[in-house]
Amino acid sequence: MGAIAFPTPQADILARRESLVAGLARLLPAECLITSEDERRAYETDAFTAYRRVPMAVALPRTTAEVSAVLAFCHAEGVPVVPRGAGTSLAGGAIPQEDAVVIGVSKMNRILEIDYANRFARVEAGVTNLAITSAVSAEGFFYAPDPSSQLACTIGGNIGMNSGGAHCLKYGVTTNNILGVTLVLVDGTVVEIGGEAMDAPGYDLLGLVCGSEGQLGIITEATVRILRAAEGARPVLFGFPTSEQAGQAVAAIIAAGIVPVAMEFMDKPAIEICEAFAKAGYPMDVEALLIIEVEGSDPEMDATLARIVAIAREHGVKTVRESKSAMETAAIWKGRKSAFGATGRIADYICMDGTIPTGQLPYVLRRIDEIVKHHGLRVANVFHAGDGNLHPLILYNVNDPGEAEKAEEAGNDILKLCVEVGGCLTGEHGVGIEKRDLMHHQFNRVDLQQQLRVRAAFDAQWILNPAKVFPLDGRAA
Amino acid sequence: MIVVRRPRDEEELAALVREASGHGAPLAIEGGGTRRGLGRPVNAGITVSVGALNGITLYEPAEMVIGALAGTPLAEIEAALAEKGQMLGFEPPDHRRLYGSTGAPTIGAVAAGNLSGSRRLWGGACRDSLIGVRFVNGLGEIVKSGGRVMKNVTGLDLVKLQAGAWGTLGALTEVTFKVVPRPEVTRTLVLEGLSEAQAIEAMSAAVGSPFEMTGAAHLPVSAGGMSRTLLRIEGFAFSVTYRAEALAGLLKPFGVTGSLPETEADTLWRDISDGAVLAEPRDRAIWRLSVKPGAAASAVASIRTRREVAAAYDWAGGLIWLATDESDDAGAEVIRKAARQARGHATLVRGSEGLRARVAVFEPEPAPIAALNRRIKAGFDPEGLINPGKMHAGL
Repeated sequence: MGAIAFPTPQADILARRESLVAGLARLLPAECLITSEDERRAYETDAFTAYRRVPMAVALPRTTAEVSAVLAFCHAEGVPVVPRGAGTSLAGGAIPQEDAVVIGVSKMNRILEIDYANRFARVEAGVTNLAITSAVSAEGFFYAPDPSSQLACTIGGNIGMNSGGAHCLKYGVTTNNILGVTLVLVDGTVVEIGGEAMDAPGYDLLGLVCGSEGQLGIITEATVRILRAAEGARPVLFGFPTSEQAGQAVAAIIAAGIVPVAMEFMDKPAIEICEAFAKAGYPMDVEALLIIEVEGSDPEMDATLARIVAIAREHGVKTVRESKSAMETAAIWKGRKSAFGATGRIADYICMDGTIPTGQLPYVLRRIDEIVKHHGLRVANVFHAGDGNLHPLILYNVNDPGEAEKAEEAGNDILKLCVEVGGCLTGEHGVGIEKRDLMHHQFNRVDLQQQLRVRAAFDAQWILNPAKVFPLDGRAA
Repeated sequence: MIVVRRPRDEEELAALVREASGHGAPLAIEGGGTRRGLGRPVNAGITVSVGALNGITLYEPAEMVIGALAGTPLAEIEAALAEKGQMLGFEPPDHRRLYGSTGAPTIGAVAAGNLSGSRRLWGGACRDSLIGVRFVNGLGEIVKSGGRVMKNVTGLDLVKLQAGAWGTLGALTEVTFKVVPRPEVTRTLVLEGLSEAQAIEAMSAAVGSPFEMTGAAHLPVSAGGMSRTLLRIEGFAFSVTYRAEALAGLLKPFGVTGSLPETEADTLWRDISDGAVLAEPRDRAIWRLSVKPGAAASAVASIRTRREVAAAYDWAGGLIWLATDESDDAGAEVIRKAARQARGHATLVRGSEGLRARVAVFEPEPAPIAALNRRIKAGFDPEGLINPGKMHAGL
């Protein structure tokens, strides 16, 4: 692949590499600074692996003060900075460039405070998503957003991309679950935004920073909302003869006033791929699968599920399978959560992330099929059915450059389709470099210029993650 | 003399702003005009009413989303939603009783003020439900951000920035919200006679339980009565019955819980969300403190050592309403210090025009944040034409 352009590395910065590295070495101990080419190569990409650029240096500060010192230095020297959590971005949000310093937060991985009475945890930015829930689960609490990469991805990265997950239908996405952050501005100034209260004063900078993809500053600490978990949770598998029927069942469940904690959709190719990997007992004789999870005490779940099952039957459901044990529940979710990994075993793939109005589902699925076939490729669809967030996985052969290019084209066509029907380019993965050049399809020039002026209020010199989010042309606000 | 202009649509509003830019004449933006008493007085010769931008533009019950022009009365939105068994999830307040105002609160003002009621405890704030906006910026341009889908991370989230900016970053013309089902049943449990400190503990225990409180408020002793601590549970009947019993068991250490009749409870929650519980007497200043919930009672106790205040608690203590007389600074220094110690901040939500001109209405900001906000404001409204100074001088 290679359709996505990177800015030409600035020759004057490359020429100063030695003195810049020496400058960084004065700010950080040797174990926090990576300069050798072999070790830098480990940071050349993220989970959007088709693109790679080896950075000039990698800084792994241990404290907010060290982040501040490194940022102030880079800012003064005019050197681009690429913030990095765990490098799990599917959109290339953490891919470096040759003239940039990567600032990774992986060494900042302490949980600083847990306050159950006030329902928050204060953590450093490099703490993983799952580590927060693990730290509070003994007391019956959890941190709600649950991206599929939650074992590896960091809270800093989650905030940067405003990550979602399968359970956000009930609990919202990252921006709905963060109370405060410590943010280091591009010149090294440290600011506290929000904190332990439910509302922060003034402009909603917290909301602005969530999903800003490392363009406004580097998050070093976060205060996250923790919630008391429901007494129990139980997923049910529903197999439908057609995608239309599955989509209608979802609409009818919502119309009945039920908001399940999750409603996940998989089409036949996705079912086959996931079942082969996870052996979750997914039905193989259906065209569409829904995993619907409800929460509460056992009698509450029984009653809610009875209503959902009745609605599914009205819409021609073929298979209904309730989880009867924690093991079955885990297996059902393992299939869905490993969808990306399982797909990777059978083919190379790119994972798209558009959102559509859910009423458009049957039309969009039909069009996706046509688009992908037109490019001579195959597609598997997984999809957060309650909120319209689609994840078509376009399968291709990475060793065939022609196929790779076609996959990228098909992906772009699918995202344009999402915008066309009233949705958006990205529901939870972010724009990164992947969707950067499609931004014109969602926003007109005035919309983009407004965003650019907000960006400029934080980083007038384009130091922070500069090749991302905004098309490279038309940047002068 | 103040001139009132009523643009008929977004284009006319944009033209008005461009015209104002030519004359350097600032504009005050208004919806139904029911909250004129909130914010610093805006020094503008022209008031732009968005009242004619009226109507629901999108409602898809199955997608749980509604959109409307900014001047649409909130009541119209709520009626349309109720017809399909849905509602806004953050219980938007109606401030007419707080300010003694008339007119119809509009959906645009709800968004611009990020106004949330008691259900914010469980359902999130207004800004959490707001998923799309269109607005006219200070350059007279029509800008959109977000959209109609509830998961959207495309570009910078200007939607959040507009929520709570009180129109200082542009005049909202259209807003889109995600919505939730109306609960089949609502039950309000009540504990009587708790001290403020005990009430905070009881509410913390309830909110830290798995039983999903959609409201947790405490009304201290009023003349001749007992204090009341209110806990609201909503959902399907089978579930509410179960959770109400389980919660009563959990709260035994705090006394016997009763249950309020539904109509009385509805009225009370309405009064709390709207800020009506402390609205009388009308000449008193009203403060709203957002704090760490567990620190609420001690914050109020420390204020009382310096000043007479009446208090009410919402959001399990996370929100404190205070009423006090307007003498001196209406308690600004004492109240803000206590709020900061409780890891929060205070907003003067009601006060005479004189008081709002001499006391900071919104929490004063640390220098780097203030500088950042001024640059952001300049990015939307470089000439400072729209609602200048409503939140802070120079913003």
